[in-house]
Amino acid sequence: MPTEVKMPKLGESVVEGTISRWLKRPGERVELYEPLLEVQTDKVDTEVPAPASGVVREIAVPEGTTVKVGTLLAILDDADGAPAEPQRPREEPAAAAEAPPAQPPKADAAAPSRFVSPVVARMVQEHGLDLSQIRGTGAGGRVSKKDVERFLAEREAAAARRPPEGEGAPSAEERAPVVERAPAAPPSPQPAAPALSDDMELIPISPMRRAIAEHMERSVRTAPHVTTVFEADLGRVLAHRERARADFERQGVRLTLTPYFLQAIVAGLRAVPALNSTWTDAGIIRHRRAHLGVAVALDEGLVVPVIRDADEKSLLGLARAVNDLTERARTRRLEPGETQGGTFTLTNHGISGSLFATPIINQPQAAILGVGAVQKRPVVITQDGLDSIAIRPMCYLSLTFDHRVIDGATADAFLATVKRFLESYAG
Amino acid sequence: MPEISLIEAIRQALDEIMDADERVFVFGEDVGKRGGVFRATEGLQEKYGPLRVIDSPLAESVIVGACIGAAMNDARPVAEIQFADFIFPAFNQIVSEAARIRYRSNNDWGVPLVIRVPYGGGVHGALYHSQSIEAFFCHVPGLKVVAPATPYDAKGLLKASVEDPDPVLFLEHKACYRMVRGEVPDEDYRVPIGKAKVRREGSDLTVFAYGLMLHHSLAAAERLADEGIDAEVVDLRTLRPLDTETILASARKTGKVLIVHEDNLTGGLGGEIAALISQHAFEYLDAPISRLAGPDVPAMPYAATLEEAFMPSPDTIANAMRTLAAY
Repeated sequence: MPTEVKMPKLGESVVEGTISRWLKRPGERVELYEPLLEVQTDKVDTEVPAPASGVVREIAVPEGTTVKVGTLLAILDDADGAPAEPQRPREEPAAAAEAPPAQPPKADAAAPSRFVSPVVARMVQEHGLDLSQIRGTGAGGRVSKKDVERFLAEREAAAARRPPEGEGAPSAEERAPVVERAPAAPPSPQPAAPALSDDMELIPISPMRRAIAEHMERSVRTAPHVTTVFEADLGRVLAHRERARADFERQGVRLTLTPYFLQAIVAGLRAVPALNSTWTDAGIIRHRRAHLGVAVALDEGLVVPVIRDADEKSLLGLARAVNDLTERARTRRLEPGETQGGTFTLTNHGISGSLFATPIINQPQAAILGVGAVQKRPVVITQDGLDSIAIRPMCYLSLTFDHRVIDGATADAFLATVKRFLESYAG
Repeated sequence: MPEISLIEAIRQALDEIMDADERVFVFGEDVGKRGGVFRATEGLQEKYGPLRVIDSPLAESVIVGACIGAAMNDARPVAEIQFADFIFPAFNQIVSEAARIRYRSNNDWGVPLVIRVPYGGGVHGALYHSQSIEAFFCHVPGLKVVAPATPYDAKGLLKASVEDPDPVLFLEHKACYRMVRGEVPDEDYRVPIGKAKVRREGSDLTVFAYGLMLHHSLAAAERLADEGIDAEVVDLRTLRPLDTETILASARKTGKVLIVHEDNLTGGLGGEIAALISQHAFEYLDAPISRLAGPDVPAMPYAATLEEAFMPSPDTIANAMRTLAAY
């Protein structure tokens, strides 16, 4: 029996992926679970293992193509290499790409399904329609209720537009949306290329770049962003890190400032849980668990792996998690689920020298904390009523929050807790 | 209008009912001095005294049994079962006695009793503090079962339940207690038993849900709106008797139906609704009626990962809706 290889579902919200590389060519042998191809999604890169041993008969989707989950990618023949017994009709790659994921009316992918649902049967009878005239967009090309409704609306519109002389049928354009048996819309529409002169270059947009663009645009559009800035004296945190670094290294953990900031966020969320929320029209969802996203800059973009239940982890646990996730983010080996479900995000833009920034909220969260570069600065310190100037390692904390969910005073109460936590750090 | 939590709406309803009708009393474990483990009865004992807000022994059969007797003697008891998981010792009293008195006495006697029951998972409550028990009771003629999802409905339905001449099981989803807030007017109002509500109008498919799953379904519907899928979401509010009129109207309108509940799949409310629709709206259907429910496992697991896997979520609901929309 031949085995169909389909685009796997690589995460709860992942609906499509791009074939980055085929590791086997047609005619080559592949063992069960042996990597067969590499797939790139907006979240991760991953290898897809062969679902059975066999010989690659056909590759249906070329490299660089983006297809929906469930699309037929390749066909494997029996391991002995003999052609599969009931010779299936050769499927056109285009038709295969149209096949919806796992749907009941099982039909040859090339021919539309002839299944008629109760409501379609009734409507066809009521309106005296010819079912073969209606383009099906349902599972397997089935004519759905919507298709019939669209057909009726188009027919009515065409009748209304018809010139009074009553000459001729509706024009091709008028009929086109209904009758034309067009392939399903491609997953990533190909916009018309802009006009380029010799001194310009068109850079193709990677799935990750597109995902970032869509996310940022959506975030700014949906949430009214407000940024508030505090500064913190990191003297105690730096001293603690100096003391703990060697000990952590013995346990195989590189200690950066990030886990300290995560601890400070946890303290802030405990004091002001309103920051750990999601706006919905039905009500504001308050998250009881603190899953903290940590933004990791990559050469080609940005990814935000999530440390789940960060409030239940020690400094060592947080540092270990940060090391592990950033390392795997940089080598693009994150599991799809690991970038999802965050309730609050930290972005350390100070790493690249930035003093303070106005980060964009990672939807659907309510806030994001940006930390700037640590800089030695002269500051006024008041002790026992006396002012003096000291050189302290200072750092700006920028909190962007969703003004629908919380107001400035709440955000500042959170940030004040974060600052207090860092400045009084006791380990 | 002030915005309050669902638990506060219940507390207010109890307070206002007790203030208006001195026949009303509250009976349950820790409801008096402690004010209930979820604080639903906080402050009521101080206000109405220990004879109207009574701490019961740890014996659910006694809680319901005593309340049945009181109800038949013109009191208006509101019993509290601390967690739905503990209701089974009272099953016999509820099913064999409370639900049957009117029938058995040829309409001479009734049991105007409300049993408040915190239920549901997603609160890390594990095997004995997470269960959904509605299916057991929705099977029983003579009982009414309500499950409000918003503070407004909780207050209005609780008042209507206390005034109902027959026993009402009043289900309160624990995860909604403090998570769900909403506007509740100051004036006195009722939400009628037996009426569902369309929470979100849509044309592509209908989701029927209640309790926590209503909120998850609404979140999923909002997400799908961005993908061009226009979902209708119906809050059942009363699980027995079902509002067949609203259910059938929505099913006929969209032709595609998904029923979501946290309770186990097999023998759950979804099957009943599916049967109702397929019998009375068959010629309007454009896809198989689908159900998304808790899996058929013996109880809610404790491990956070497994609990998460058990609970239908906005993600899994959105996926089920996508599949249905694409059919």
